[in-house]
Amino acid sequence: MNSWKPDAPVIAFDPRRLQAVQKPVEKRIRKDRWFERVCVVVTVASVLVLVVLLAAIFGLGMKTVTPGFLTRPPSPDPTEAGFFPAIIGNIWLMVIVLLGALPIGIATAIILEEYVPKNRFFKHLHSIAQANITNLAGVPSVVYGIIGLTLFVSMFMMHANAPKTIFEIGVKYYDQFYNEAGEVLLVPVDSNEAPETKPEQGMRALVHDGTAVALNVIGEDEPFPEDAAVAVRTVRRSDIPGRISEESWYHFRIPFGRSVLAGGLTLILVVLPIIITASQEALRAVPFSFREAAWGLGATRWNTVWKITLPAAIPGIMTGTILALSRAIGEAAPLLMIAGIVYISNPPGNLMDDFTAMPLQIYNWAQRPQAEFHRIAAGGIIVLLVVLLCFNAAAVYIRQKYSKYQGM
Amino acid sequence: MKQHRSEPARRFGIPGTMALKSRAAQKMQEGCIVSLFSTLTIWTVLLTILITVVLGVETWIFFRNDQVSIVEFFTSAQWSPLLGSKKHFGIWPLICGTFLVSAIALSIAVPFGLISALYLSEYAHSRVRSVLKPTLEILAGIPTVVYGFFALTVITPGLKLISNSFGSYNAMSAGIAVGILILPTVASLSEDAFRAVPDSLREGALGLGATKYDVSVKIVFPAAFSGVVSSILLAAARAIGETMIVALAAGSMPRVTLDVTKEIQTMTGFMVQMALGDVSNYGVEYLSMYAVAFILFVCTLLFTVVGALIRKRFREVYE
Repeated sequence: MNSWKPDAPVIAFDPRRLQAVQKPVEKRIRKDRWFERVCVVVTVASVLVLVVLLAAIFGLGMKTVTPGFLTRPPSPDPTEAGFFPAIIGNIWLMVIVLLGALPIGIATAIILEEYVPKNRFFKHLHSIAQANITNLAGVPSVVYGIIGLTLFVSMFMMHANAPKTIFEIGVKYYDQFYNEAGEVLLVPVDSNEAPETKPEQGMRALVHDGTAVALNVIGEDEPFPEDAAVAVRTVRRSDIPGRISEESWYHFRIPFGRSVLAGGLTLILVVLPIIITASQEALRAVPFSFREAAWGLGATRWNTVWKITLPAAIPGIMTGTILALSRAIGEAAPLLMIAGIVYISNPPGNLMDDFTAMPLQIYNWAQRPQAEFHRIAAGGIIVLLVVLLCFNAAAVYIRQKYSKYQGM
Repeated sequence: MKQHRSEPARRFGIPGTMALKSRAAQKMQEGCIVSLFSTLTIWTVLLTILITVVLGVETWIFFRNDQVSIVEFFTSAQWSPLLGSKKHFGIWPLICGTFLVSAIALSIAVPFGLISALYLSEYAHSRVRSVLKPTLEILAGIPTVVYGFFALTVITPGLKLISNSFGSYNAMSAGIAVGILILPTVASLSEDAFRAVPDSLREGALGLGATKYDVSVKIVFPAAFSGVVSSILLAAARAIGETMIVALAAGSMPRVTLDVTKEIQTMTGFMVQMALGDVSNYGVEYLSMYAVAFILFVCTLLFTVVGALIRKRFREVYE
């Protein structure tokens, strides 16, 4: 004990770490100060990026965000362009994602967290399923896009831009003729694949108010009838019709084509791992004693989950779901694979309609060389960021409000 | 009986439910629910298999095509599926583009992310932390198309001011934007790893006269090393799979180069180009998209799996 000297170096298991202690104190303190300064500068720089980004975008696009911008369809003229179909398209996608991903996500999380099997085989399967979630979360969203393209758009009938429809309800196809009296005549056809209608005498057709008439077909050089009643139903033999369709709200077809349903289903694949992980974490945060108490009262596993664990985990699950939804709103790559860049002037009216979404429309504008389109793109980004901010605020609010309940 | 139920029992209504159902009915309910939920869970596993099968089968069809040889695909440095009378399918220009962008991104995100994480976990006052941490989370929540736009309209003009050699589309601009995108991933995952290091280690070192710098760099960092590596690998996987930024800012010129001022094309960029272009949908160039997606899928899977393994295997468990 006498050999202990206060100034002797302290013995540690790794002598290299001791070098630190042996350096002069001032030098080490100076180093520490410098490191702290570097840290502050680097961290502030990382945060400053956000400020620069927001400033640039708001500076560019603030003027474009007007009520007209929010309610107009996009237009080739930058001053007329609007965001309306994209906003509505995003709402459609969100509803599909919510309805699809939430039940599957929560059920999977419950199985993975609450029903850990005892059987060796199932235990193995269980751990595979768990590891698989991590892998799915790492798959790039553009790969999900390509999977959605194969799985939903063409349903394995590969490489078809407009895949052959094998089943379809809720839609009527017409061939549309314009005649010289300025009347539109619609001839019903069986399907979109039906050959172009050749006008024939007496063929049934519809005029603009829906009344059925019999076509009166005249030759190329014959004079157009004078009588107005005949003129409205008259077309020339050589007239070429255009195919139009009238879709009901329940329009459905297989395969889905480049429709809003295909886009939504693809986004489900993208966000599913996020929802599962968030729900699992929320379930794990419920104290184990809750479950033990329920079991002690004679509750079955399902009773415990439904009445105890799930209600306690709901705020966490909601927070995770909102964050997953905000990811789905901002996701452009998979939708780009599904929908492509097409001009969409109307928001989708049914699940089979073509669609566009906010990030898609922003990409559409941003990739153009003209500066005017960049300004509109910035305007679109502002709208998108505001929506995301609302979502994040809701998530934070729920987390704050219910965090007390979690600690019960 | 009802009035004798305890408060939690009344609140959650367990005995009420119990009384209504026989044991057999309960077992049946349990069995139904387990099998229903398990089926849904199995779907997530099937999804992985489905991805592999779809990409694998399409890639196989691609390689069976006369214009494609598997040797050329993996050795040639010429990728020109759209132009010229003879099409060339050599994946290396796309892989080179992807790794160039990812390397730039990581060389920005790793130092900045790690130092930010060290600062947040070791130095920052809790009040500072409560401001900085959500800001980083916001940065992580910004859609990638916004970063792409930022790269195109702010970073590229900025780079052009510095040097005239930068083109309108270049690897550097896309790389920087991807770096900003993955910075929060590195920072937040590493910070979690740093904070998981028990305080007793810090207290031990501080008690021996170490400064905060010594603690951060010589104690906390080595102790959390596995977490740091896994965070970097996950960020790398994200950088490789990043699509919108490179589609907007990196251009569409596949080439093998390390010149960051030039226009390049990444694997994801090519996929977007194919999805947008009006190429014949039956053509071999369309199928090449699946082959590229397959390579991309394998790359990211590798990074994710290795990252997860490192985190699991080499985690230093204290207590």
